[in-house]
Amino acid sequence: MKSDARKALISFAIELVVYGILVVVYFFLVLHFLANWLAHLDKESIRLYALVSIGLIIGQAVVLESITTFIFRVLRGRSE
Amino acid sequence: MITLLAMHFPISNTDISPVYLVVIGFLIGILGGFFGVGGSFIAGPALRAVGMHWNYAVGTDLAHIVGKSVVAAKRHRALGNVDLRLGLIMALGTIGGAECGAQLIQLLKRQGNVDFVVSIISIVIYVSISTFMVLESWKTRQLQKKQAGSGQGKAKTKGKSKSSEKDVSSFDNVTKAIQGIPVWPMISLPTSGVKSISLWVIIIVSFIGGLFSGFLGGGAGYIRMPMMVYVLGIPTHLAVGTDLFEIIISASYGTFSHAIKGNVDILIALVMNTGAAIGAQIGAILTQYFAGPKIRLFFVPLPLIGAAIVLYTLFTGQKL
Repeated sequence: MKSDARKALISFAIELVVYGILVVVYFFLVLHFLANWLAHLDKESIRLYALVSIGLIIGQAVVLESITTFIFRVLRGRSE
Repeated sequence: MITLLAMHFPISNTDISPVYLVVIGFLIGILGGFFGVGGSFIAGPALRAVGMHWNYAVGTDLAHIVGKSVVAAKRHRALGNVDLRLGLIMALGTIGGAECGAQLIQLLKRQGNVDFVVSIISIVIYVSISTFMVLESWKTRQLQKKQAGSGQGKAKTKGKSKSSEKDVSSFDNVTKAIQGIPVWPMISLPTSGVKSISLWVIIIVSFIGGLFSGFLGGGAGYIRMPMMVYVLGIPTHLAVGTDLFEIIISASYGTFSHAIKGNVDILIALVMNTGAAIGAQIGAILTQYFAGPKIRLFFVPLPLIGAAIVLYTLFTGQKL
């Protein structure tokens, strides 16, 4: 029972590390490719900026977690 | 230019340390995942403290709350802690309430003395919530100890995780009476274990939460989460998860509304969310190690922090 909990905790910790790396990479990608465009959009088309903002923040949460889950599924599939 | 000490954010034209933003996000993430609150009572002052304009602090904070709530709600959903039906109904009431709260503020502003009135009302409410929750949690813990001493409940809880233990509350009889109010239409919430409750009770609870959100700012999770537990009778873990799900909808609406007014710096929100997304997952997992009454007891300082911030604003005239 204890070893199961330990395994689950280790798995969660690894998942967090992978997710953390993806989140940071995502931010730098947005910063590198979209920062100037977003600043421009904020001045020129505020409604589009509002929609893109929500898309980016939800995307960060949903897409990256899905990628993390996918990576783990592939790794588990290989190890079995 | 990015350094650990300062990074320039062109949208709000602010220089803030990204490490500071990540750390603040991480702390708020843990609180959000554990208690089901947005954490704006910390994020707003934290952004203001580094020189961000008030309007950007409010809008950007809401944007980061959306991201963090998505992560935490997804994690809670995987743990079986989200009642989607309840969350969707509550989102409607919250949005309506938030609009009314914002209008009420405008009305009070036109009549003058708004700050003093709002401050006093909010301090009374915050302190009342904390006092009530201390008493209720303490009574419930005593009740559980008595049951454990007499051998009751041990058989029920043996081998189960903390979250699946019966979420007892010494306020149960009042909750049952509220659930029994026979105002059509009556609905059931099978996920939350509520057999029958008037739709209007749910709408009123979420409307009050939204009203405070529009009136005092932030997500008002410190009011909505306790009301879900004590008024609607939702188990604490489900109240936390469902509140987060509901926050996704209401905070997205708030983010859009603030963004079209030019109050959101999405780059700052994304940096905060790098910490918050991690913290929210840790907070959500932590709920599995604590029973409902303990989570409610740990919740007590949150409204008091809110009260302290309002008191500070009232006496210094500086909005945190």
